[in-house]
Amino acid sequence: MGVSAEYLQSGSFEELALPLFDQLYNFAHWLTHDRAEAEDLVQETYTKALRGFSSFNQGTNFRAWMYRILRNTFLSSRTGLKASATQQLDLEADSAPLPETTDTVTPESILIERSNHNLLQAALEELPVHFREILLLCEVEEMSYQEISETLTVPIGTVMSRLSRARAALRAIVRPKLQRT
Amino acid sequence: MACDSWVPKLDAYLDGELSAAETSQLDAHLRGCSACAAQALARVQMKRALKTAGQRFAPSAEFKARMRAQLAPKPVASFWKLAWAFPAAALALLLVTVLLTGLSDRRSREQTLVSELTDLHVSTLASATPVDVVSTDRHTVKPWFQGKVPFTFNLPELQNTGFQLLGGRVTYLAQTPGAHLIYQIRKHEISVFIFPEKALPAGFSTSPSEQHLAFHVATFMEGGLRYYILGDTTPADLDSLADLLRSAASS
Repeated sequence: MGVSAEYLQSGSFEELALPLFDQLYNFAHWLTHDRAEAEDLVQETYTKALRGFSSFNQGTNFRAWMYRILRNTFLSSRTGLKASATQQLDLEADSAPLPETTDTVTPESILIERSNHNLLQAALEELPVHFREILLLCEVEEMSYQEISETLTVPIGTVMSRLSRARAALRAIVRPKLQRT
Repeated sequence: MACDSWVPKLDAYLDGELSAAETSQLDAHLRGCSACAAQALARVQMKRALKTAGQRFAPSAEFKARMRAQLAPKPVASFWKLAWAFPAAALALLLVTVLLTGLSDRRSREQTLVSELTDLHVSTLASATPVDVVSTDRHTVKPWFQGKVPFTFNLPELQNTGFQLLGGRVTYLAQTPGAHLIYQIRKHEISVFIFPEKALPAGFSTSPSEQHLAFHVATFMEGGLRYYILGDTTPADLDSLADLLRSAASS
């Protein structure tokens, strides 16, 4: 589970940071639910990163570093504090064994239809922020478990169990909605 | 392995995070187990749907421009703006120069030639075995090249000239085999390259006593052979060695 070479970059701050701009904005908007707040968050992230770039260890994972700054900035903001305060219970359950559902019904297959696109976005919105962010990092950013672990500063074992939990929670939200449609 | 031990590993499998050994075991299991295969398919579809659904928000063009401006270091930006004002004029001027004189092309080929000869000279001297035939005797060195290069040549008598022959080796320039002789004067090594003139590409000659870095080059043609004399000694030394070689070649 090594860090793949494409993420081990070195270069000027602009060269490294500008290509991440659209993706960081998408992630920020998902976290904040608000365009103006997302813009502030991205701007603050870039300001902090630029200031701290000299301490960034060139050759290590720049993308994880940027996402980590964005996420920490968010969590210390008023919206972030409010969002994370409501889910301490979810986080404590990270290490508990996960009941795996092996139901034969697989409503997920219906999701590939376009009409259910909005439904899935709404379900993501509903998820607690720690589940939402890990799903976005894994599925949208296609980060490796190692990168997610660096971004969230949690062990890989926690990444795996939290991902399982997040997926189960998403299925739980999606399933009744699909049955209604 | 039973299904219930595989199901918890399906996510890691689809995320590409399972070890190679477990991946191939699970591959095999999925081919034979329709229940697990259906589970895997459902999860793949969920992953794909999430990938699209999660790619939802794009920054406004205005915000993007603002951030870009903020990140660009100001002095560099204005410098580049200035620098961009000139390329058309510069390019036109360059084109005119090239078209009118045709000189640039020839000069650059000569530069390439001198660079290549310098490289040959330096890398040979840096090598542990600079010469393949080690001899100060021209009657030993000259016959050594027989059958190794497609031409023959005469070497001068060096007594009382200050020059000393160290040896020789076969070398190549523009895919043409040639003789590479190494002489010495006052601890300075001089390379003499001899190639058949016809085999060298057009423009592969150079005006006498050209200088490249700290090296000087002299050249002449005699009996269909092109001689290059290159070293870090004075141009006068190169010229006197060139004269010796030329008179030996024409005798």
